[in-house]
Amino acid sequence: MMVCVTSKGPGPDDLAEERFGRSPYFLFRDTEGGEWSSVANEFADAAGGVGPRAAQVLIDRGARVLITGNVGGNALAVIQAAGIEIYMYRESGTAGDAFQKFTAGQLKKFA
Amino acid sequence: MRLVVASGKGGTGKTLVASNLAAVLASNREVVLVDCDVEEPNAHLFFPSEEKTLPVFTDVPAFENSRCTHCGNCAGSCQFGAIVVLKDRLLFFPQMCHGCGGCELVCPEGAVTMEKRPIGHVTFSTPRTGLVLITGVLHEREIMSPHVIREALGYASGHPLVICDAPPGTACPVVETLEGADACIFVTEPTPFGLHDLALAAGVAEALGVPSGVVINRSMGDDGSIRDLCRARDLPVLLTIPFDRDIAEAANSGQLLTDMMPGMKEQFLDLFRRASELLGVR
Repeated sequence: MMVCVTSKGPGPDDLAEERFGRSPYFLFRDTEGGEWSSVANEFADAAGGVGPRAAQVLIDRGARVLITGNVGGNALAVIQAAGIEIYMYRESGTAGDAFQKFTAGQLKKFA
Repeated sequence: MRLVVASGKGGTGKTLVASNLAAVLASNREVVLVDCDVEEPNAHLFFPSEEKTLPVFTDVPAFENSRCTHCGNCAGSCQFGAIVVLKDRLLFFPQMCHGCGGCELVCPEGAVTMEKRPIGHVTFSTPRTGLVLITGVLHEREIMSPHVIREALGYASGHPLVICDAPPGTACPVVETLEGADACIFVTEPTPFGLHDLALAAGVAEALGVPSGVVINRSMGDDGSIRDLCRARDLPVLLTIPFDRDIAEAANSGQLLTDMMPGMKEQFLDLFRRASELLGVR
């Protein structure tokens, strides 16, 4: 299952990012194993409409789970329509830490 | 001549100046006052009168689901994130759409056609002899204020004397109002905020090539920092309105200063004369 973690940098050792649409990077990893991959968010500094466009990146990459701190209204509509589950991570750890907590079942699902 | 009353900072007295100016000029000629602050128009508060209303539409795409193959070309072309394509369906956010029609152009299946969607309205009234008030109103939850401003200004185009009450700030709505204007009056107040935003707004007028002057409202007498900026930026001070309880009370009760305070009429006529001089008109 493909998981996306919002991150301040391109690797799992970079800090997790609380914002979804304006997250600098989206990191992807399969729960079945394999390598991390990353996509720089080209909309991070855009004036508006970042949420749905960022959600499109997740959809195109086949993510089934999103780990982030907060999701805006428009992005939420897209993510829910796409059936992607959202888990909240609001601690100050790395993207890798957030992924570990998710796989250990320690993250809360976003209502 | 199209004269814009702008400010940078909100709440400095744009509407006070624009409304009094328009009322004074209307006493002996025909004037159109256009309220371009479409997110919060308020010039009508000074001119209660019966209004006529026309809707403002924007173009939005309509998607024919039976033809859509979910190729994603439309979402990829949208610069505003208004379209998201899932594997089995398409999501459209009309409020984020700027109506450019790009999605219609790139759709290989001909599944997109443009339709009309109301985003605001324009009201018209003739509150006193010689004066037509045109007010642009953007509906709540809508974002395309420049579109409504353009429409409101369009109804006034070609009229020999148009006064525009601009929105605050320096962003797209202000640019839409200022672009192509003959002159601009910036209303400011002697506060650090007023000074800071005047400097920004003056930069916009400069970039658009609109000659500008300044009205100092709520003047405490000295106004040194504002006057220093005006000198440095070559902006003439056209009028000074004192910080005065009677003025505040009149404005807050919807009264025009030029109707009820002696000498104000002459001061606003002088403001118009000096603003006209910005254009080299005498």
